[in-house]
Amino acid sequence: MKIVVCIKQVPDTKGGVKFNPDGTLDRGAMLAIMNPDDKAGLEAALRLKDEYGAEVTVLTMGLPKAADVLREAIAMGADKGILVTDRVLGGADTWATSTTIAGALRNIDYDLIITGRQAIDGDTAQVGPQIAEHLGIPVISYAQDLKIDGDKVVVQRQYDDRYHVLEAKMPCLVTALSELNVPRYMTPGGIFDACAAEITTWGRADLKDVEDCNLGLKGSPTKIAKASDKVRKGAGEKIVPDSPEDGVAYIIGKFKEKHII
Amino acid sequence: MDFTLSKEHEMARQLFRDFAENEVKPLAQEVDEEERFPRETVEKMAKYGFMGIPVPKEYGGQGCDILTYAMCVEELSKVCGTTGVIVSAHTSLCVDPILTYGTEEQKQKYVPDLATGKKIGAFGLTEPGAGTDAQGQQTKAVLDGDEWVLNGSKCFITNGKEADVYIVIAVTGIVEKKGRKIKEISSFIVEKGTPGFTFGTKEKKMGIRGSSTYELIFTDCRIPKENILGKQGEGFKIAMHTLDGGRIGIAAQALGIAAGALERTIAYTKERKQFGKSIANFQNTQFQLADMATKVEAARMLVYKAARKKDEFKTNPKISYSVEAAQAKLYAAEVAMEVTTKAVQLHGGYGYIREYDVERMMRDAKITEIYEGTSEVQRMVISGALLK
Repeated sequence: MKIVVCIKQVPDTKGGVKFNPDGTLDRGAMLAIMNPDDKAGLEAALRLKDEYGAEVTVLTMGLPKAADVLREAIAMGADKGILVTDRVLGGADTWATSTTIAGALRNIDYDLIITGRQAIDGDTAQVGPQIAEHLGIPVISYAQDLKIDGDKVVVQRQYDDRYHVLEAKMPCLVTALSELNVPRYMTPGGIFDACAAEITTWGRADLKDVEDCNLGLKGSPTKIAKASDKVRKGAGEKIVPDSPEDGVAYIIGKFKEKHII
Repeated sequence: MDFTLSKEHEMARQLFRDFAENEVKPLAQEVDEEERFPRETVEKMAKYGFMGIPVPKEYGGQGCDILTYAMCVEELSKVCGTTGVIVSAHTSLCVDPILTYGTEEQKQKYVPDLATGKKIGAFGLTEPGAGTDAQGQQTKAVLDGDEWVLNGSKCFITNGKEADVYIVIAVTGIVEKKGRKIKEISSFIVEKGTPGFTFGTKEKKMGIRGSSTYELIFTDCRIPKENILGKQGEGFKIAMHTLDGGRIGIAAQALGIAAGALERTIAYTKERKQFGKSIANFQNTQFQLADMATKVEAARMLVYKAARKKDEFKTNPKISYSVEAAQAKLYAAEVAMEVTTKAVQLHGGYGYIREYDVERMMRDAKITEIYEGTSEVQRMVISGALLK
């Protein structure tokens, strides 16, 4: 089985984010890490490798220093790293990013593509499904569990208060949640091997079946008007009432408490 | 001279730091309080290769250098001195002498299980009457047919009852050297479970209380003839050379304890308010922190330099790292004691309370001035080289 995991180097937003005066992220002021959802996706791939035997390739698009996350992934157990980097690809929104990554993926054999659900620097959750759309393969998003059954993947897709069990025939794409697993650490020997490993570097010319008008800043329909730290949603409260009447009474009580009614 | 760490070392430090914060720190207080060997941590360290960092891959190790190993002990010791010494004693005092002096058969038999952490290693040199004076050994090994018969005891043995493979130093005869009769000392590999090999009492210690410190007792303990490590009569040389390497591990442990105490003190002095402002605003605090940080950094340079020198030894066995290791251990241990004492002082009354890490760190620091050669022994080694 051949698995490609798409990962992204992101600023560590733990403890808040820092902005430049023009509203863009001040990436230099924050530590660069592997996006947590992507890391869970990588761990899922490495577990499949441990269980069934698989070749795991990690792919990222970014500045040359994004090779650091590829090396981290190799130090965790990935087999190969591909960096897609080119000046003309800079300033890409989710559309141009997914077009680029799909263009890179067309060069590779794969049975399964795993991406993180979303990156902590943009929180769009769009790139994974868009890649699948470009490649014309099925996508299952928000995976909280992932298994292989013959030529299919069986995925638990997280929902607000339940999960769905979905199957898709490979090749397909799955977007992973950080809740999927606890990623393994690198090993010291893995780090030394990863630093000695050759990272394949691709530029614009290596992207297959992609038009220039869909790449980089020029190919990005999204224009950022304003950026701000995200407003975090509360965890909410779950109650299991003894009867529907009790449930209604509880909700009405809460409404009154908050002066809604 | 290059003071910049390579990409590999930067990544390794981050790995050790993350592991220490997530897996070791949460247990540090409990392990100390309950005097409990952190077996679960050792299993996790084994899984990630921490028990065989400087061991060649062909023997199941990680194939990294001594500097990486020293950084691992440093980062573990920043949060838990006990965990730091478990790795140090195992790697430097058991795996290293087998790799350096063992036959190919001994390496194949013992190193892969040790390097992958399936087995834990220990080293027995110290005896009730032979600590700093290693020539005062009483434990004897007598060759009887195809077996060595060991009798005697070893005390204060780190990883004591938890280990599986022990390097044991014993007297194998009397030889004449420069007209004087001296003990002929040899070293042996002894496995746990060998009949006649038992454990005495567990020591109750001031610090590194999770570390398992036991007396080893040998009563007509018969081991195969081929379990002699190195040549007969080479035991003293092997023990001294092994301790040279061990000192880099203990120096790294001392450095870690000092650096950990400094980190906590910086955080505490920013939070703690007296007279309406944080105590970090007082110049006394600032000057103390400046001195502590400078000494920690100086210790780090000596530890890394000694580690680098031992790395050079791997490719050129003529190189000696004895003085560098002694200087690193001497300085780092004394810095650990000084910095942790100041850390407790800057924490005030809270520093004397067990809930605060610096209380444990001050107790843990003391042993680094004593084991694997006291500070006085380090001064003897250093001055001996100066006045040669």
